Amino acid sequence: MHSHKTKAKKPGRHETGGNDKTTMIGARILWECLEREGVTTVFGYPGGAILPAYDALQHSSIRHILVRHEQGATHMADGYARATGEVGVAIATSGPGATNMVTGIATAMMDSTPIVCITGQVGSKLLGTDAFQETDITGVTLPITKHNYLITRADEIAPAVREAMYVAKSGRPGPVLIDITKDAQQGSCEFDWEAAAPRMRGYRPDLSPAKQEYEKALELIRAAKRPVILAGHGIEVSGAGNEVHAFAEKACIPMAMTLLGLGALPASHFLNLGMMGMHGEAWVNTTIQEADLLLAFGMRFDDRVTGNLKTYAPNAKKIHIDIDPAEINKNVKVEVALVGDLRNILKEMLPQLEPANHADWIEHIRSLKGDTAVRDIQNLPDNGHLYAAHVISDLWNETRGRDTIIVTDVGQHQMWEAQYYKHENRRSLITSGGLGTMGFALPAAIGAKVARPDADVWVVAGDGGFQMTMAELATIAQENLKVNIAIINNGYLGMVRQWQEFFYDRNYEATPLLSPDFAKLGEAYGIRSMVIHKRSDVIPAVRAAHAHEGAVLIDFKVEQEDTVYPMVAAGAALHEMIRRPNPLVETAEDE
Amino acid sequence: MLHTIVVYVENKPGVLSRVVSLFRRRAFNIDSLTVGRTEKPEVSRMTIVTEADEDQARRIVANVYKLVNVLLVDDVTGHPALLRDLALVKVAASQSTRSQILDLAAVFRARVLDIASDSITVELTGGEEKVDRLLELLTPYGLQEVVRTGIVAMRRGAKSPTLVTKPSRPGAMDDDNVSQSV
Repeated sequence: MHSHKTKAKKPGRHETGGNDKTTMIGARILWECLEREGVTTVFGYPGGAILPAYDALQHSSIRHILVRHEQGATHMADGYARATGEVGVAIATSGPGATNMVTGIATAMMDSTPIVCITGQVGSKLLGTDAFQETDITGVTLPITKHNYLITRADEIAPAVREAMYVAKSGRPGPVLIDITKDAQQGSCEFDWEAAAPRMRGYRPDLSPAKQEYEKALELIRAAKRPVILAGHGIEVSGAGNEVHAFAEKACIPMAMTLLGLGALPASHFLNLGMMGMHGEAWVNTTIQEADLLLAFGMRFDDRVTGNLKTYAPNAKKIHIDIDPAEINKNVKVEVALVGDLRNILKEMLPQLEPANHADWIEHIRSLKGDTAVRDIQNLPDNGHLYAAHVISDLWNETRGRDTIIVTDVGQHQMWEAQYYKHENRRSLITSGGLGTMGFALPAAIGAKVARPDADVWVVAGDGGFQMTMAELATIAQENLKVNIAIINNGYLGMVRQWQEFFYDRNYEATPLLSPDFAKLGEAYGIRSMVIHKRSDVIPAVRAAHAHEGAVLIDFKVEQEDTVYPMVAAGAALHEMIRRPNPLVETAEDE
Repeated sequence: MLHTIVVYVENKPGVLSRVVSLFRRRAFNIDSLTVGRTEKPEVSRMTIVTEADEDQARRIVANVYKLVNVLLVDDVTGHPALLRDLALVKVAASQSTRSQILDLAAVFRARVLDIASDSITVELTGGEEKVDRLLELLTPYGLQEVVRTGIVAMRRGAKSPTLVTKPSRPGAMDDDNVSQSV
């Protein structure tokens, strides 16, 4: 098996644990601090301004994974963080190395992922002179990092690294960048671990609500007849899955999930309605629109889940629980806001929560569901065509008993995955929600596999997004990682094509997409590859992938002009959905 | 309406740009911004005047608070507070208008800093409206150059906001948590 490869410690290495003060160069202090902070792996790409740090890597037990593009390094760190909750670390050189990280940093910022990015910088005397490979990366990343540092002296490295790790992970997590000049890496100073502990006067991530806010919230819950929990990413971040369950069960409140909430609560739970929003099922969105109380748990009322704000849940009072005070009343005005850690807040509320039974409301939601499930495409007989929904559904059936992490890219396949893959386990779905970063899946899956080597990791990507970062196939090959790749290949930038179909008069401008022969490409990297055209071949292919020791790539040639239903058009009310046409009719036309 | 927000920040390089970048990024307006040292060498103080409704002002405060180098944010709008603007005004003055201008300056308690053969420069400190009013009265004489600092603000009375003195440390739970609920 491809177990975690640990580099043997070289002799003469500074032993960790004690607080012996030693004189060290900045580059060694960097690795020493990362090790003591518990970092075991970094994803990176060397270059001139970061070479002193790479040179010092020989003294460290930290595993370095060489990526093929710095964007990949940031997504890997992101995938690593999402798979475990621990901080992911990426490293790159100055200038283009640093700017290539921007997309990955913005992705982590939007989805509140704890990553630390370390960049080399030209020597401090050259700062501001437009020296070779100089970019003001702290300036560039100011609005897309939780915090960043420009370090020009060796003795600033240890405090910055310790602070960065703390800031990235605490409160609402997010990316932190440390830009270290070459001379700071080369300079020597006394290394004092204890003295470098974070002492931050202004940073206060541990907010908690006032007593009267709890009372107001409990009062609204007591009075509600049609309550709904909106379950977001904060549940996973806070580790509040059990508390949310206990809360929902005690007060008998159904739960609708955001995209990033999927997996935080088992899909099979009788109160779990499934995903809400633009591609949520109609009954979920209708439930929200008819509710008289929304309990937003660790979610931020993104436009993809609310639709038109003017018509959003018009009869509902709102309780918002979030750790970030800046999210309160940003998009949706709420009656009660509880600012703090979701798990702590729910623990506080649970004993005071009155048991309730909303049988009528639950029954009503069941009736909204109607015959939708019967018309579902999954239940259709095989008509010889391969639909993405079939691939996802079969993949779910074949992987659900195992410790599986699905890493999706962005587009139609991402929505089909969210609809048809029933996530039961925590941290079993990794996807770029807020920024919607195409090219995320492959590198993020590498990070997830490195973080959880015993889990089955599946990339589910479209043919468009996959081509954005497919250079990382080489990273998979070089690191000998068992990552399974399912390309949902429809020959289009499918989601854009779908918008052109609905809103741009089927003018398919720039969406038909030529791809290489992905199977040949995979083989070129020594990755076992298959091409699948028929539904009956899907399950055997998935089984073959599980049986194969190394990485596997499967090119699923699916229906070209398939559409994600239902859909709330941008700016439309949440209940005004473009509904799924009866697939039985669609099938008859096909034949 | 105009909100006057006092922000205490760590006196470190780049902090001003973090605050300004936040306003730009979140599409908040800055009417005026001043920054300077305080009685504590490690703390700088900003006064930001911004056009915002109540909800926006609350969001501005919450967002500024999130900046790691920000120690305290105090929206003094609606509270008894001292608001002062300082202006240097160079106005054209001939033999015949000089005494009229000096009279106006005296009424407004503006200090005369410089008198040249064809101009007078005065310094005026006061609320924004007072400064506006003097400028209005001097306009007919010909304003040659005007510079204003923007508002600096301080709450009235003895009670000043307490700055965070206890550093936040990993794992430490603070007992004096401020509720940010609205």
